[in-house]
Parts: sequence; C-alpha cells; structure tokens
Amino acid sequence: MKAVLKRLIGAIIAIIGAVTLVFFALRVTPGDPADNILGDEAPESAKQAFRERLYLDQPLGTQYRVFWAGIFDGSLGTSFGVSERQETVAEVIGAVLPATIELALAAMLIAMCIAFPLGIAAALRQGRALDHISMIGALVGVAMPVFWSGPMLLFLLTVHLQVLPDPGVPLRGPLPLLLPAIVLGAALAAKLTRMVRASVLDVLREDYTTTARAKGLSEFVVVTKHVLRNAMIPVLTVMGLQLAALLSGAIVTEKVFARPGIGTLLLEAIVKRDYAVIQGCVLVVTIAYVIVNLVVDLAYLAVDPRVRGRAT
Amino acid sequence: MVVTGLLSPFIAPYPEGERDTERPLAGPSDEHLLGTTEDGTDVLSALVHGARVAVVVGFATVALSVLIGTSVGLVSGYYGGWVDEGLMRLTEVFLSFPGFLLALLIVFSLGEATMLGVILALNVTGWAGYARLVRGQTLTVKEREFVLAARSLGASTARILRVHLLPNVFGPVTVQATFGIAGAILAEASLSFLGVGPQDVTSWGALLDEGAVLFLKSPHLAMMSGGCLFVSVLGINLLGDALRDKLDPRSL
Repeated sequence: MKAVLKRLIGAIIAIIGAVTLVFFALRVTPGDPADNILGDEAPESAKQAFRERLYLDQPLGTQYRVFWAGIFDGSLGTSFGVSERQETVAEVIGAVLPATIELALAAMLIAMCIAFPLGIAAALRQGRALDHISMIGALVGVAMPVFWSGPMLLFLLTVHLQVLPDPGVPLRGPLPLLLPAIVLGAALAAKLTRMVRASVLDVLREDYTTTARAKGLSEFVVVTKHVLRNAMIPVLTVMGLQLAALLSGAIVTEKVFARPGIGTLLLEAIVKRDYAVIQGCVLVVTIAYVIVNLVVDLAYLAVDPRVRGRAT
Repeated sequence: MVVTGLLSPFIAPYPEGERDTERPLAGPSDEHLLGTTEDGTDVLSALVHGARVAVVVGFATVALSVLIGTSVGLVSGYYGGWVDEGLMRLTEVFLSFPGFLLALLIVFSLGEATMLGVILALNVTGWAGYARLVRGQTLTVKEREFVLAARSLGASTARILRVHLLPNVFGPVTVQATFGIAGAILAEASLSFLGVGPQDVTSWGALLDEGAVLFLKSPHLAMMSGGCLFVSVLGINLLGDALRDKLDPRSL
C-alpha cells in the first residue's frame, strides 16, 4: 500500500512540475500573442482588449492563479485564438483528442500483432533463419524515423504503385487511419519484437522451464502455460514506457499525414502562440503518460507476487 | 543477436566514416551531385553540414546527460539513506515526464532556437535514466571487498567515488550512452522536422521537412536526408549492440 501511495504522490508531483515548467517557459518566450493572433496591423485598442480578456496584462502570479483555476473548473482556460470562436481549451482539445487516441490504439494493436508472434517465434528458433531475419528487420525498424518511412510509403503507393489517388484528393474509408497507424505501429513493433524475444529467451533458461519439460509436458503446454505467462511481465512494463514514444511519434505522424489530432493542434498553437492551448495539450499528454505508467506499475504488483511482497 | 554480434565489427565503423565526411568540406559543388533544394542549395553539402549537427547534438547531449546522471547516481547509491531517497524520488519525477514534448516546448520558448538550446532542452529529462542506472550499479559495487579495503585504508569519499566506483559502473553507462546518441540524433531530427529545431544550422530533420512537402516533385531530397539519418542511427545501434555483448554480457 505504501508503495502505491508513493507512486501516486510522485505522479502528482510530475504533473504539477511539468505544467508549471511549461507555464513559465511560455511566459519568457519572445513575441506577443496579441501581435501573432490579431496581426501586427491591428489597432492598439483591440490588442489591449485582447490582453485584458486573457489576463495577459496581469502580473505572472495572477496569470498562474488563473491558469490553475481553469484546471480546477475543468475548462483549462480560454483559447487565445487557435479557434475563432473563443472556445475553452477543454473544448478545443476535446474535439481532436479522440483522433489521437484512435491513432495510438490502432498503432499499438498493429505493433502487438507483429511483435508477439514474431518475437516468440524468434526466441523459440533462436539462431535459425527466422530469428536472424526478424532481428535484422527489428534493427531496421528501430532506426527508421516515422517522418521518413511515412513520406516514403506515400510516395511508393501514389507514384510507383498508383493505388492511391493523387495527393490533394482527400483519402477515404479506413485509409486516413490505417496508413499512419501502420507507419507508427511498425516503428513500435520493431522495439517490441526485440523486447518480447529477449524476455522469452530469459524465461526459457529458467529452472522451472526445465522442470516443466522434465515432467513430460508437451512443448505447447510448456510454452503457453509456463514460458509466455512469465515472459509477459517485463514486456508489459516496456509497453507502458513505449506510450511516451507513441505520443511523440503521434505528433510527428500527424504532421506527416496532415491528420487532425493533438499533435497537429499543438503545432498550430505553437505557431499562433496560443499559450492556453499549448498548456492544455501538455497537461493532457502528461496526465495520460503518467496514468499509463502508474497503471502498468500497479498491474505489475498485481501480476507478480514477488514484487508485491517486496514493495509492501 | 548472433548475426548482429558478428556483423557489428564490419558495420559499426559506418558512423565513423560518416563523421569523417562532416568536416566543412562544404562549398556547393558545380555538378550538384545530389541535386539541389528549392532555393538552390546543394543537397550534398547540406547533408554534410547536417552530419555535423547530428554529431554535435548527439554527442554533446549524451555527454551532458551522462555527466549529470552519473554524478547523481554515484552520490545517491554510495550515501544511501535519505540522500538516496530524495535523489531517486526526483529522478523518478523526471523519468515520468514526457521528455520529447517538454523538449519541444522548451526549444520553442527560447525563441530563436540554437544548437545549444536543443542540447539543453534534451537534457532536462535525459539525465534521469543514467542516474537510475548508475545508482543500481553503485549499490552492487560498493559492497565489494576492494571498496571496503580502500575505505579502511582511509581513502576520502571523493577518491573512492572517482577511483574505485566510477570505472566499475562505466561499462553499462557506455552501452546506454551509445543508444542515447542515436536517440538524441533522432530527437533533434524530429524537432527540426516539426519546425522548432536549431535555426542557426541546417539539420537533416529540416531537410526532411522540406523534402516531405516536395516529395512528389523531388523525392530525392526526403530520401537522401532520411537515408543519412537512417544509416547513422542504424550504425550507432549496431555499435551499441556490439558494445553490450562485450562490456555487459548479462543484460539482454
């Protein structure tokens, strides 16, 4: 219980620290949001009204308080101008968040469908052709950034194979989700395959695996009941950590495919200096990231009785 | 893994070769060996300049991270008690930041981003992983006989840390740092691709950004800059695998 509490407190500190850091970093950023959003030629009175409405003329301490008030009433403050209609940040983010979650989940699913069979098969056939091929594939995948593989895939499909319409024509059906998910998922699959393989190999060397074999259990039972169950524990942790990679990957992937989402929104907010939306994006991503890691840690406690014994 | 181990000695020098060409032999060549970008810059020389950015950012980021992380980890592991508790809580907090996102915003908030800015931004969370690794290593090494011997001979704490503990934790750190260089190069390229990379130099990521927009008209730009990135990162990862097999046979 004490371990759970400690992790919880750490998670809250991380969230507060991250948003505070970003808040103050943004305030020292050169450039006036009023100039950027209203345009340089806008009359000074309009700019002044804009600053007053968003508390930008107030001292830093007041702005910081307003910022926290926004978090607690759930609105996250008022958008500076990414949206024309003076929406709250929560509304702006809420509109694009499902798209990013959809992309991340699809990518994770694709990665798992590739990594688990391949990693397990490679470990069971260690040193054979399948093992070598999948490991070379994984190395290539790890080194291939999504902002390279993405445009290359599009180039291949539109120009060489001509299965896609000309760029500019919006994609239809499942493709707007499928293509980015494949690109992002493949990058994740590469890391995950290496992890699954290493983990299964570790367990194969354990005494209890030898015992299970010696009992005369069929290879299938040994692998499914004894090896896989134990090998999945470290893999679970890594998948939690990979969410971070998935989030930063999603920002880049959304740009490559011009797909709406929290990454695209963040970049737009950066260009327009909409501090409120930038802060909101950071808050949402940090919370998501911290919660997933927390859940993974807790799941770890639940799955492995040894960890449970040590931590409490 | 076996293949990797066997091939690494032959493949690993690849990034070494890459680095040699990076010296500003610049100057646009008359033939434009790899074509030009939209504003007429020679791609080959842009790539060569980009290699320097990648190398500087990669090495400097990791060097700084290793320096901070190793110091924190050594002190934390050696002293134990509340020092350890405090430093490790801090490390965990930094480990649970979404590092890339923070780096992105810090670089942006610097206004005119420079290479130094990118390096510092990547270090905000970069050091934490090394701190945890070194602390773990220190915990196992500090119980060994030679540390006890040194202490009973009256060696100062600073000397024990520097002479006895540091060399013994360095193997795993070197391995981690090698992968860290690849990670830092990719992170810098991602930042540049998103348009917040260093503005004072041309990096591969920025070239890729330009190339991705124009890839139907001139696919060579994206292909070449991405290819450089890919080959470097692949080479460094292979080097890391080889180092790991050599220095740290116990880990995966």
